[in-house]
Amino acid sequence: MAAAEPAEVAAAGSTLSFAGAGKRYDDGTQALCAVDVDVAPGQFVTVVGPSGCGKSTLLRLAAGLTEATEGSVHRAAASVGYVFQDPTLLPWRSVRSNVELFGELRGLSRQERRRRADEAISLVGLADFAHARPRTLSGGMRMRVSLARALTLRPDLLLLDEPFGALDEITRERLNDELLRLFAVRRFAALFVTHSVSEAVFLATRIIVLSDRPGRVLGVFDVPFPYPRPPGLRFSGEFTHLAAQVSACLKGAAA
Amino acid sequence: MRTGRAGARWPRWVPPLIVFALVVAAWYAMSYLALAPERRFLLPPPDAVVRVGFFDSGNRAELLDGLLLSAQVALSGLTIAAVTGIVCGVAMAQASWLERSLNPYFVVLQTIPILALVPLFGFWFGFGFFTRVIVCVLISLFPIVANTLFGLRSVDESFHDLFTLQQSGRWSRLWKLQLPAALPHILTGLRISAGLSVIGAVVGDFFFRQGRPGIGTLIDLYRSRLQSEQLFAAVGLASLLGLAVFVVFGFVARRVTSWHTSARDSLP
Ligand SMILES: Nc1ncnc2c1ncn2[C@@H]1O[C@H](COP(=O)(O)OP(=O)(O)OP(=O)(O)O)[C@@H](O)[C@H]1O
Ligand SMILES: [Mg+2]
Repeated sequence: MAAAEPAEVAAAGSTLSFAGAGKRYDDGTQALCAVDVDVAPGQFVTVVGPSGCGKSTLLRLAAGLTEATEGSVHRAAASVGYVFQDPTLLPWRSVRSNVELFGELRGLSRQERRRRADEAISLVGLADFAHARPRTLSGGMRMRVSLARALTLRPDLLLLDEPFGALDEITRERLNDELLRLFAVRRFAALFVTHSVSEAVFLATRIIVLSDRPGRVLGVFDVPFPYPRPPGLRFSGEFTHLAAQVSACLKGAAA
Repeated sequence: MRTGRAGARWPRWVPPLIVFALVVAAWYAMSYLALAPERRFLLPPPDAVVRVGFFDSGNRAELLDGLLLSAQVALSGLTIAAVTGIVCGVAMAQASWLERSLNPYFVVLQTIPILALVPLFGFWFGFGFFTRVIVCVLISLFPIVANTLFGLRSVDESFHDLFTLQQSGRWSRLWKLQLPAALPHILTGLRISAGLSVIGAVVGDFFFRQGRPGIGTLIDLYRSRLQSEQLFAAVGLASLLGLAVFVVFGFVARRVTSWHTSARDSLP
């Protein structure tokens, strides 16, 4: 997508950077206020905040789907992937055809987009379902298709809006493990919105806590655990300690 | 989906067949029990309708000729209405100024008594095939335009975001997103219009008695001559034509939009 000017890239050195960015919608709703966030290449940043605080707005700003009304947003990514809160699969297309969509819209050759689609589909473990229609899949499988689709354009920045929010905890933890596996393979920078603190801690190299609307940055936590992270990490003392700190910050946000 | 033991045991064509048998029985009862012989022409028994209408080769040829003409009129009208309606719907979905300018007139098309205008069309365009087709088009246009427009508009905003992110233009958005999503709605519109176009063909016949007779012309003729067996046969044929068109479109709709939830559950 629109790459930032080289000078700005050099200055920021990051894949994505918000500088005092704010968003006031046309109806006067102030959704975000003076947000400073940086996402460095290969960094996994998670954002937690109370409902309606502007998390989705943050991602839409990051993707360029909407413009900041204050401050600025710089993106130095050649390709941006976006996983919406809903799977947004076209119901008349098969899984494979859905995953091919972005390549199709970007004008990749038939061969190339098919190759990338098949690769992404097996990466998310759905090779057996390539020809299935979305309506025959479970919620978790649909989300994985959506993830595969976002991966086909080889994003160096992946934006995820509560992708597993509607799923049960077991499925969500499995998909988190899977996402980190993909993260290890593809090394994209990620900005991941969630309302689950433990998910935020498990995935992130850095956690951003947003305040109630209008969202501002209340706290930033660096997560010390190295990748790959074993599923058992969720039960370690350090993990629960950090999660408790984030929760406390978030409670302050909601109060 | 199916409830009750009867529903689970019987093939789906059985219940309508039972209703059909009941209707025929009631019909006989009316003809023979309720009407005196000299007034039986008001409701001739079904066998008489079939005998006079379809087994008499002269009558049969006359009826089938009429049916063929009306079917041609209806089909031509429907085709023109479909193309015009879908094109208008797409254009209106593309440009809101077009929608603002045209929409009132499509609504008016729905509200003015077209029947009252039909004789006028006769004076303007003559009393032949062409004018009958125009009547069909006018009667069946609105459901197609309205459903096309609604279908194109019904696409969720997040799907549009998906396409915006890939910087796709109007055309790929239209072809790959809006039209496929609108297809079930467009087919619903076509199905409604198909029925209307048959009505349009019959109505056109009522006003335009010159040229080859359509099924409507025959209905009018038999009515004036009190040939009630032929009258019933003609009415039956006209509704069978409408039914056939309806069923064909229903079948196509189910085939084409098997991915769509409502296609599975609500189409016959
Ligand atoms: N297009 C819009 N026009 C006007 N106001 C909007 C628009 N989109 C969002 N808002 C408002 O901005 C605020 C933030 O919305 P946003 O969707 O970013 O919240 P969120 O943090 O993602 O919430 P949730 O966790 O429930 O998804 C809300 O108060 C919402 O009503
Ligand atoms: Mg949201």
